[in-house]
Amino acid sequence: MADSTKTKLQVSAIKNGTVIDHVPARHLFKVISILGLEHITTQITFGTNLESKKLGYKAIIKLSEVFFKDKDINKIALIAPHAKLNIIKNFKVTEKRDVQVPDQITGIAKCGNPNCITNNDKVNTVFYVQPKDKEKVALKCHYCEKITDPEDMEVF
Amino acid sequence: MKNKSLISINDYSKEDIIRTLDLAEGFEKNPNQKLLEGKVIATLFFEPSTRTRLSFESAINRLGGKVIGFASKDSSSVQKGESLKDTIKTVSNYSDLIVMRHPLEGSARYASEVADVPVINAGDGANQHPTQTMLDLYSIRKTQNSLENLNLFVVGDLKYGRTVHSLLMAMAYFQTSYHFVSPPELRIPEEYKMFLQKKKLDYHEHTDFSDIISDADIIYMTRIQRERFSDPMEYEKTKNSYVLENTMLEGTKDNLRILHPLPRVNEINEDVDNSNKAYYFPQALNGVFTRMAIMSSILGLQ
Ligand SMILES: [Zn+2]
Repeated sequence: MADSTKTKLQVSAIKNGTVIDHVPARHLFKVISILGLEHITTQITFGTNLESKKLGYKAIIKLSEVFFKDKDINKIALIAPHAKLNIIKNFKVTEKRDVQVPDQITGIAKCGNPNCITNNDKVNTVFYVQPKDKEKVALKCHYCEKITDPEDMEVF
Repeated sequence: MKNKSLISINDYSKEDIIRTLDLAEGFEKNPNQKLLEGKVIATLFFEPSTRTRLSFESAINRLGGKVIGFASKDSSSVQKGESLKDTIKTVSNYSDLIVMRHPLEGSARYASEVADVPVINAGDGANQHPTQTMLDLYSIRKTQNSLENLNLFVVGDLKYGRTVHSLLMAMAYFQTSYHFVSPPELRIPEEYKMFLQKKKLDYHEHTDFSDIISDADIIYMTRIQRERFSDPMEYEKTKNSYVLENTMLEGTKDNLRILHPLPRVNEINEDVDNSNKAYYFPQALNGVFTRMAIMSSILGLQ
């Protein structure tokens, strides 16, 4: 379990903050835009293409002095449903959290339908999250009623 | 339903549908009720559709209302680059109700969110056309005396045909058995099959149409358009396989009626027009009564 030792090492490397683990490596950059990490000025470390039994390749994000509200962090559940949050206080993991898929997402993703009003006028997107099968969800556009697959979704 | 916009057929419950059809029946018996006297209705057609616009305007005139609006994008300020929001906000000041047709999907839902008055969707791109669905339901109930437990055959372009999708969803309230007849490349999309499975309703898919209609109560024909095919040869091969001819109606049920949202190209042979099973022309007239019912109930006048 070299992987988990390494993870622990990285986790213990920040004093206070949040570690997001088990992000699918292919979605790391989407997760960064959804959470707006490019606007954060405290120290952030990314690791990606780490081997993972569950995901194939995973990414990990360590954020110093950053703590998320549930409603913000849950937005990543669409593309990283197995993500785990470790909340770090004074070098110790004080809390572990899972992410939960929200019922509705607003203003994050682009509608996959080019003929949708949201892609042609200044209209914020709204999607209803619907179960597709046991593992996967589909996004139904509030406006054009078409389905966007979270795997293909473009993030603003 | 007062003050509630009608954007998608899914906005209406089974009870809303039945109540609207009952009202429409009243208007058919007595079309000259001046319920819209003193009301101004805006008909905004960002994309031309003469049939739908005339049907709405005829309904408004019979009810004694006044119409303002435009019949195409060229005659409106949209050309000068005005946003949809600004057009709708402005028109809200001058009218009690907006009827809108627009080429973009979702435009009507958005308009209903920015307008200060209710909005009726008269077609938003390939998405929804709920007043067409209501007139289809009216025609089915009128010819069959009930909407319950019918065998519904839908023929033609089931992939892109929005009237088909809305009708399918609305008929799911009434224990319908569905038969989908289309070329393989224009099959009914997966999401609608999933919807019917969830509702535990019976459906069958067919690619051939000639000998399967003997137990049909309603045959709903649609146009197959050339531009839907990536391969023009495929279109040439299939276009004539989905044409209804009078000889095919031998041995079908007496109560069978043929519907079509019109305009047709060649998918119903003209020799069907004189059959008492052809119902597509009266079907269009029913649009006036159902639109009278929808507008007067949204304005709280019925
Ligand atoms: Zn959309």
